[in-house]
Amino acid sequence: MAHGPATLADGWRAYIARWVFTTNHKDIGTLYLWFSFAMFLLGGAFAMIIRAELFQPGMQLIRPEFFNQMTTMHGLVMVFGAIMPAFVGLANWMIPLMIGAPDMALPRMNNLSFWILPFAFAILTSTLFMEGGGPNFGWTFYAPLSTTYAPDSVNFFIFAIHIMGASSIMGSINIIATVMNMRAPGMTYMKMPLFVWTWVITAFLLVAVMPVLAGAVTMMLMDINFGTSFFDAAGGGDPVLFQHVFWFFGHPEVYIIILPAFGVVSQIIPTFSRKPLFGYSSMVYATAAIAFLSFVVWAHHMFTVGMPIAGELYFMYATMLIAVPTGVKVFNWITTMYKGSLTFETPMLFSIAFVILFTFGGFTGLMLSIAAADMQYHDTYFVVAHFHYVMVAGAVFSGTAAIYYWLPKWCGKMYNETMGQVQFWVAFIGFNIAFMPQHFLGLAGMPRRYADYGLQFADWNMVSSIGAFIYGGAQLMLLYNVIATIRNGKPTTEEKTWEGAEGLEWTVPSPAPYHTFAKPPEFK
Amino acid sequence: MSTDASNRRVVVKSLFGAAGMFAFAIFVLPPMYDLFCEITGLGGKTGDEYTAVDVRVDTSREVRVRFVASNNASMPWVFKPTKDSVVVHPGEPTEITYFAHNITDEDMVSQAIPSLVPNNVADYFHKTECFCFENQPLAAGEQADLKLIFIIDPDLPEGVNSVTLSYTIFDITDRMANPIAQLQ
Repeated sequence: MAHGPATLADGWRAYIARWVFTTNHKDIGTLYLWFSFAMFLLGGAFAMIIRAELFQPGMQLIRPEFFNQMTTMHGLVMVFGAIMPAFVGLANWMIPLMIGAPDMALPRMNNLSFWILPFAFAILTSTLFMEGGGPNFGWTFYAPLSTTYAPDSVNFFIFAIHIMGASSIMGSINIIATVMNMRAPGMTYMKMPLFVWTWVITAFLLVAVMPVLAGAVTMMLMDINFGTSFFDAAGGGDPVLFQHVFWFFGHPEVYIIILPAFGVVSQIIPTFSRKPLFGYSSMVYATAAIAFLSFVVWAHHMFTVGMPIAGELYFMYATMLIAVPTGVKVFNWITTMYKGSLTFETPMLFSIAFVILFTFGGFTGLMLSIAAADMQYHDTYFVVAHFHYVMVAGAVFSGTAAIYYWLPKWCGKMYNETMGQVQFWVAFIGFNIAFMPQHFLGLAGMPRRYADYGLQFADWNMVSSIGAFIYGGAQLMLLYNVIATIRNGKPTTEEKTWEGAEGLEWTVPSPAPYHTFAKPPEFK
Repeated sequence: MSTDASNRRVVVKSLFGAAGMFAFAIFVLPPMYDLFCEITGLGGKTGDEYTAVDVRVDTSREVRVRFVASNNASMPWVFKPTKDSVVVHPGEPTEITYFAHNITDEDMVSQAIPSLVPNNVADYFHKTECFCFENQPLAAGEQADLKLIFIIDPDLPEGVNSVTLSYTIFDITDRMANPIAQLQ
């Protein structure tokens, strides 16, 4: 058996070298998770600045130019720095354990794909200190805002996006290779845990669309520096083309964010319902259907650019079609709980909140998909509320559930259940106070991405800001809970932390040894 | 097949897939978009130079053609159509002019980009001669009448009684290697 990992007792040089040169899937998973949490706090800090400025009408704290940089950086850091790496971290930790593999298929590439990420975000964050400021054109960086009118730092932004794309593509290839080639004998595709299924489909989406994003920023780079006119009408280009290319990436991207979250919830709900997942194969097909449909609906983000009526109708109906496989999933989760022996530990609370709030966000998505109504909703706070319900109550809640669910397996310590539940209720209440009022603001006509607003929007904005501060506090509680568990948690050595849990990850000791499944396990 | 070999196959295939999607985004999507707009007339892009075929003037129909001009963000020229609108018969070649005046102290080059509404008539609006086919250099303080000859196709869909042609001028001085040479 190979030697164990270096600890601080071996000296700090050995300890740092362990993390920098590690090819162990558990170490790399841990690195991804901590990195994404750091980015989550950074993006959260930007959000706090935004909400503090919007606490009252008028300009109090920051200047509008800086406000624009904050909204842009908040979006970029949360999407590319927090949510995506968090789920890659979960994939690294859990996929080999779930399919009975000793490690990821390509451990060295795994190391590289993590270690280029901190550089990407160092570059991106450093733009805030440059002359002219950081990116200020919104996280969707529409041309010509991001080309003709962009600050000089836009080239650093483009380079950072390139690095993130390379990291995501390498991580995805690794996951695809692992799942295709490293499964334990007897684990056929239709016996894989659903988290593995959703991730392998996500990985295919990433390989397909991250290069499109790289292509979009490369065309921006050429327009800015080399005199091409992809997006510049003066030279025969078209700015609307940018929106098509961006959303051809961007719509699959939202499913890249949410599919692994579906997977996590599909692991947790059966455990605490003490029943197998209802409709396993329909879950797999629904996931694949969502992934396929995500490629053919992108222009529903652009109903207002001017489209023939046939185009609007097509994109409207195709978008509504996605509600069908998504509805299948929600139905299956609820049916799994039906007549189950339910208990409500923290991971389950977050998962149930996920199902409720994600469904809510799905319904506002349906409202937005109606082309005629979208003319009113477009670029208002209604859209902001919609995508925070699906991304925060969707991806972040499910990520939090995953942390509580697997933390005992990772570190061999049990978190404090009371603290976990307190954190859940603070997060749940704070989240809804923060984002529910934004629906009302949007319907009343408040546009997004402005540093100031009319007096008629003052009350709900103050409520929303208070909720945002509560929700921000809940994340510090999560950090505290995790650190307290690692340092002082009650040790647990049980293989099965949760009595209702099924799967290979619950057949290894807790904490999971540094090397697992050196010999493939029996799987029937 | 060993795991290493099949891993290598997955890596090679995926990298090819990723490279293919990158090339698709840069080399296929933009031309596809242009082609799509050309076929559907979306975006109101009018066609290139048109060679008039048989002259068949449909005097039974009248179509009003309106002219609009606008300057892109930083373009300081005075730019406007000399007539706001004309009434023409389909099939009849009509000449109109746009007036342009470079009010700055510098030699400049502009490019006019057309757009037509309603956009489903772009295929029926033919230009036999247009200043927009090339760029428009004007020396400091110079002014010019820019010529445009168009023909409305007699096959113009029923029910279309008016068409609006819009030009936006862009400052492309920086793009030209030597704007002065353009003026010669």
